[in-house]
Amino acid sequence: MRGACRRMIFASSILFAAALMARPAYSQVDLSGEWSQPPAPDNTMDPYIGDYAGLPINDAARLRADSWTAEKWTQEEHECEPHPADYAPRSPGGMRIWPDLDPLTQEITAWHTTVYWMGAQRTIYMDNRPHPPDYAAYTWAGFSTGKWEGDKLRVTTTHLKEGWLRRNGLPRADKATLTEFFIRHGDFLTLVSIVKDPVYLTEPLVRTEHFVLNLGYALSPSSCIPRHEIDHPRGWVAHHLPGTNEWLTEFATKYGIPVEATRGGAETMYPEYQLKLATLPMPPKPKESPGRTK
Amino acid sequence: MVVVLAAVEGGICAQQILNDKEPAVHVLHVQGRVYMLVGAGANITVQVGDRAVLVVDAGVPQMSEQVLSAIRTLSQAPIAFIVDTSMDEDHIGGNQNVAKAGHFNLGLPGEATGASVIAHLKALDRMSAPTGKKPPVAEDLWPTDTYDNDKWELFNDEAVIIEHPHAAHTDGDSTVFFRRSDVVSAGDIFTPEHYPVIEAQRGGTINGEIEALNQVIDIMVPKEGEEGGTYVIPGHGRLCDRAEIVNYRDMVTIVRDRIEDMVKKGMTLEQVKAAKPTLDYDGIYGADTGPWTTKMFIEAVYRDLSQSKR
Ligand SMILES: [Zn+2]
Repeated sequence: MRGACRRMIFASSILFAAALMARPAYSQVDLSGEWSQPPAPDNTMDPYIGDYAGLPINDAARLRADSWTAEKWTQEEHECEPHPADYAPRSPGGMRIWPDLDPLTQEITAWHTTVYWMGAQRTIYMDNRPHPPDYAAYTWAGFSTGKWEGDKLRVTTTHLKEGWLRRNGLPRADKATLTEFFIRHGDFLTLVSIVKDPVYLTEPLVRTEHFVLNLGYALSPSSCIPRHEIDHPRGWVAHHLPGTNEWLTEFATKYGIPVEATRGGAETMYPEYQLKLATLPMPPKPKESPGRTK
Repeated sequence: MVVVLAAVEGGICAQQILNDKEPAVHVLHVQGRVYMLVGAGANITVQVGDRAVLVVDAGVPQMSEQVLSAIRTLSQAPIAFIVDTSMDEDHIGGNQNVAKAGHFNLGLPGEATGASVIAHLKALDRMSAPTGKKPPVAEDLWPTDTYDNDKWELFNDEAVIIEHPHAAHTDGDSTVFFRRSDVVSAGDIFTPEHYPVIEAQRGGTINGEIEALNQVIDIMVPKEGEEGGTYVIPGHGRLCDRAEIVNYRDMVTIVRDRIEDMVKKGMTLEQVKAAKPTLDYDGIYGADTGPWTTKMFIEAVYRDLSQSKR
């Protein structure tokens, strides 16, 4: 009797182990490690005022960006804002990715990422938890959940604080959602990000970012504590009144691009736009470069 | 139904469905002793002391039963104080029901029990009417205790600082700061899902509104990375931190500056409306229908600034 019982326990433990071994791998691809980042494929590093080309924006986004001024960063409350999750991987400096493991099942319950700029961290929950209700607080990282689709990790993010599409004032609303695909090919990682913004975009904005595995690569520490730098009257808010921003055509003039094309819009994303571009009037040549040395 | 969420960072950590009566009042733990109740009209703030509960705004009367059972999931201590952030119906409608269920133990022997209902004196002035005339708000909903200067300080296991912004959403607004919990309840001076309601007929002004937002921002300190730290519970809409009320203040200030510039240029109201001074924000805060439309907001700002120009 005792022997039979022991055998049964032995048999059931083999079954339990077999059941564990037969489970699908806890992730199809291991994303963990340090990834360095070649220069971004589009002009995100140092964008010009008024360069909206190639972005599917609407008039609301244009007015918001036309009113924007970099003096915004002299408002103490804005000084230390990190990049939101949809923009953060576009900053130079690489990314570290690491998992949380369930100690019992060894399943990955979450992925974490951090990027150089302000050390912005994200968590991507892999445990099928629901997204919070809409009355919960929004964050720069948003609330992200992930699911493997074949060898691609699909990440869905909601609850994003208002952010930016480009660092020249083009806004991204807090009503936007972000879908991403993390795709690893050996030592290369491609991050596809799709922003849907019902307030400022007429079509989804699809962008990619590339990373190269660089194990042991250390992200430089980055932190920020706001401090009073420039005197402003109490409650002062940086902006240009409509029609008064004299820098809006600087980009078009410097590079000899029709101003209309620099105003962006969905049509400027597509190759057919080159035909129209050839018919648009060119801006006058600049006498000298207006205040920029690049 | 009452749904309790312990959630700010990291999303939903616990979700407990306590009963299944619809519609629902949702409870969100903000931090420390402070909770936010959603679904009963205006947002309700509940601060739980060891011996007493303090409530900011009481919501609509139809939801009082659900509000009280939500509060009872947090504490069995008596509700001692209700603070009204304005005289709006969806904030004070539940005053009587919630106060009746409470108890303020400083009353004289023989006095009817019930929570102390606190508001600024100007809010009471707007609710009441000279003797013999019908008041705009039923007497049962009036505050029992008022303050007539800029500040009233209480203690309910932490400092509770009630402040009166002048002439913002109305001229009887109050904000409530829970100092140890590090949460401000802002009432309708801050509504992150629509333009601020400037009730000119009740003493509200655009410049007072901006000043009120700046006063709240002044007491907020974020954690590193401009996130969390002090939280602000708006009159309506989601829980926010400083970055979000700052964006809102920026928006209101920019719209004010634009309309002020148009007023200075002598533009008529129709011309201002046609110039769409809020175009870039309408997708976030605007409305074509409902109690507070984009047109009403533009009109309120225009009339206020044109009057002060004269
Ligand atoms: Zn309200």
